[in-house]
Amino acid sequence: MAEAGKIDPMHQFTVEPIVPLHLGPYDISFTNSSLWLLIALALITGFMMMGMKRQLVPGRWQMAVEGLTGFIDDMVKVNIGPEGKKFMPYIFSLFVFILTANLLGLFPLSIFPGAHQFTTTSHFSITGVLAVLSFSIVLIVGFARHGLHFFSLFVPHGTPKIMVPLIAGIEFISFMVRPFSLGLRLFVAMIAGHILMEVFGSFIVNGFNGGPLGWGVGAISFLFIIGVTALELLVCAIQAYVFALLTTLYLNDAVNLH
Amino acid sequence: MPQINQLPDIFISQLFWLAVVFGIIYFWIGRGLVPKIQSVVEDRDKKIADDLAAAQRAREQAEASEEAYRERIDASRSEAMKVAQEAKHQAALDTEKRLKAVDAKIGKKVAEAEGKIRTAADAARRELEPVAAEAASELVSKLTGQKISAKDAETTVKAVLHG
Repeated sequence: MAEAGKIDPMHQFTVEPIVPLHLGPYDISFTNSSLWLLIALALITGFMMMGMKRQLVPGRWQMAVEGLTGFIDDMVKVNIGPEGKKFMPYIFSLFVFILTANLLGLFPLSIFPGAHQFTTTSHFSITGVLAVLSFSIVLIVGFARHGLHFFSLFVPHGTPKIMVPLIAGIEFISFMVRPFSLGLRLFVAMIAGHILMEVFGSFIVNGFNGGPLGWGVGAISFLFIIGVTALELLVCAIQAYVFALLTTLYLNDAVNLH
Repeated sequence: MPQINQLPDIFISQLFWLAVVFGIIYFWIGRGLVPKIQSVVEDRDKKIADDLAAAQRAREQAEASEEAYRERIDASRSEAMKVAQEAKHQAALDTEKRLKAVDAKIGKKVAEAEGKIRTAADAARRELEPVAAEAASELVSKLTGQKISAKDAETTVKAVLHG
């Protein structure tokens, strides 16, 4: 929050250094963003370790962990096929990391004065890097498996000869847009939801500070923000799923090439 | 928008910490723990499949032995039936034979008795003849006063009697 009475919905995305660190000429300060990345890591690690009893008859926690791995495994198998097995750890890491980071962003830590949660996936310096990583893996796998034949991806089967240049151009553009759509979709979904919540939150605060009319606005905003929060929880899961699913689909192109 | 305003300042830091965190997630959790969990799941699936197959085999075996048992039961039942039939047949034959023997014995006795009766009757008849002849000659002499030789009377009576 900036000054009293003025609520800045963008302030929640500010990265603030906690421990300044330097590696040579580079600034690798430990920031609130880094802190929340580490919290996500700790949660994921805790979740996985609790399910590592490896019993023949699983307990509840082990069932949850096996359900998660089975879910990703199915997704990879269905979309890539048996060859997708070696990409499963990557897809799993993506899904689990994005889901945890998204959900952590909705953690209502702000009820404690001074504390503030930070949504790491609302920064395209995070989502963009993940998208570029996925895209690079697709390129590496594609060229490693098919060599220059990988370019035939831009010419779908059954394209008439005359149409080849046009189709190839369109396909090339749509292919190159992939990392941007991948990274931006997640980033935009997260930032939009959080701005919306902050704006309605400020309506409640300012409304109840105002007159009787403002109380009505505040009450309506309060009802609305409940719905938005529920929707955001859904969006968190969907965006993580979409990111992982699109990565598997792109990998499928690279592995199976039509 | 802090994401854009701060980008030059924070990008390296973001990249570094993301690399650290995502690297740990990928190399340790993704490549280390996840395959272990999957192997547990696979082992369990395999065990379940094996157990099901074993159960299926045991069931087939049970069915086969029941089939064999039923066959044996059927066989011994038909065997018993055959033995009983034979015994009955044999008994009937025996009875018939004994009956025949007894029949023959009785027939012989009857024939003997009949023969005896016949000889007795013949003897009686032979004894009757002289008496009849004597009576006849006496009758003739009384009626006619004529004497008839015993021989004549005898032949005549015989002729009449056997006549």
